[in-house]
Amino acid sequence: MNDIINQIQQELIIKFPEANIYKHNDRRYYISIPKRKIKEMALFLYQDKGFRLSIATGIDTRDGFEIIYHFSMDKFGTYFNIKVLISKEDPIIESITPILAAANWIEREIHELLGIDFQGHPNLKPLLTAEDWPEEKFPLRRDYEQ
Amino acid sequence: MNNNRRIVPIGPYHPLQEEPEFFKLFVEGEKVVDIEINIGYNHRGHEYISPKLTFEQIPFLVERICGICSNSHPLAFVLAVEDAAHIKVPERAQYLRSIVHELERIHSHLLWLGLAGHFIGYNTVWMWAWRYREPILDLFEMITGNRNHYAMNKIGGVRHNIEASQIPQIESCLNLAEQKIAMFTKAILDDPVIRARLENVGILPKEIAISYGVLGPTARASGVAIDVRKDDPHCAYDKVNWNMIVFTEGDILAKAKVRLLECFESIKIIRQCLKQLPDGPIENRIEEIPAGEGCGRAEAPRGEVFHYVRTDGSNHPVRHKVRAPSFMNLPSNEYAVKGYSIADAALCLAAIDPCYCCTERIAVFSEGKQIYTGKELLKLSWQKTEYLKSKYRK
Repeated sequence: MNDIINQIQQELIIKFPEANIYKHNDRRYYISIPKRKIKEMALFLYQDKGFRLSIATGIDTRDGFEIIYHFSMDKFGTYFNIKVLISKEDPIIESITPILAAANWIEREIHELLGIDFQGHPNLKPLLTAEDWPEEKFPLRRDYEQ
Repeated sequence: MNNNRRIVPIGPYHPLQEEPEFFKLFVEGEKVVDIEINIGYNHRGHEYISPKLTFEQIPFLVERICGICSNSHPLAFVLAVEDAAHIKVPERAQYLRSIVHELERIHSHLLWLGLAGHFIGYNTVWMWAWRYREPILDLFEMITGNRNHYAMNKIGGVRHNIEASQIPQIESCLNLAEQKIAMFTKAILDDPVIRARLENVGILPKEIAISYGVLGPTARASGVAIDVRKDDPHCAYDKVNWNMIVFTEGDILAKAKVRLLECFESIKIIRQCLKQLPDGPIENRIEEIPAGEGCGRAEAPRGEVFHYVRTDGSNHPVRHKVRAPSFMNLPSNEYAVKGYSIADAALCLAAIDPCYCCTERIAVFSEGKQIYTGKELLKLSWQKTEYLKSKYRK
């Protein structure tokens, strides 16, 4: 089982030399890549290797907005957590919804809760917040006040 | 825009269903051609509240995300923290976690079965399924003190033990449940009208299921063999024998079959767990949670529940992400509902188990003039039932 995961890891290093891989344990990998590579990475994991997009997490950190795309290889119970960092001045990233329908709702959620713009998303309407929610108020940002 | 296209709203409030959702069905005649799904009526900001609470408090918070899978969320959360902090859990606690988790699956599947029966007008199925769900809830009360919101899981173990004197009662309840679910399974699969309503309706093909990332029984009914209990074994699932139930048809009947047969597997798991239950402590004492991050996943009755936790060494998380299975399953309705009639749409939307439907009253108008009265509609409906009956009766 580990052989196949190791092989995927080797391929990933060759394809994405700038990737920074941290292995937490046999089933949890954390991989940081530059944000311009996200679509390529999603194609590689989903189409070539058969990963499933479980969900994505948006976090407001000191260095910028971080998005973690949790990709799951169900056959081996392994999670590849792909991290990208987005600057606070220019919170834009390419949407992966056109290649992966599973990303549709979560990108809408991160867009409304963290204020990140997903370019190329077919429908970035608010998903969870109320209809009269103010447009420039993002509840998961650190500077949010009730 | 097509002049024949009309909008049929379903929701957002309905006394039957578990949570408010709003489906806008675009129909041409009786046929559904498009759907728009709106959620968010129940957004309570758990991800915003969670970092303000301590690790001890959060299981109680996430338990209240859902009243039906109120064991899955705390379980996934404690697994995430245990993953981040490399915490070991005593073996007895692993078994106890599995037992409660499987009891939850049985009660949830019976709940769905009852609602599905109610939606297609079989109130007997509803009453009977819920009647035999009651003893399972009594078991929860005996083990944890609560019929819902069991407060079973904590970081490093569980809160409640199962005494040796309680085991015979659990076993006799399981025997009864097994017998009754077997009766249901046979009754439902043999009934020509139920078959006619469920078979070849709301089909979700395998490749579509994969692209939407659907989970749980919805995925397993479409031939996607994923189950966290097998793929990423936690608790005691790798120490007992059981089978993953997978069907390839992708229709509503397959989803019902997956859920019904899974109840038997759950009973099998609980019996083995009770038999193998080792002695020992039920929790490890946790001093502090170091900085780090972890992913926790548990197989809820509806599919994989996923929790991500980032810690910084303090007594509360920096970020806590929660993903319930319906978040992935609901969008797949965009595909599964199209092309079927409104009556089927109600059931398709319920088939993934967020359970919603409401088509009790209809009126047919043509250019402002009513062309069918209520009685005539009833007659049409009887004719259709008779036709379906004759089609499926051998």
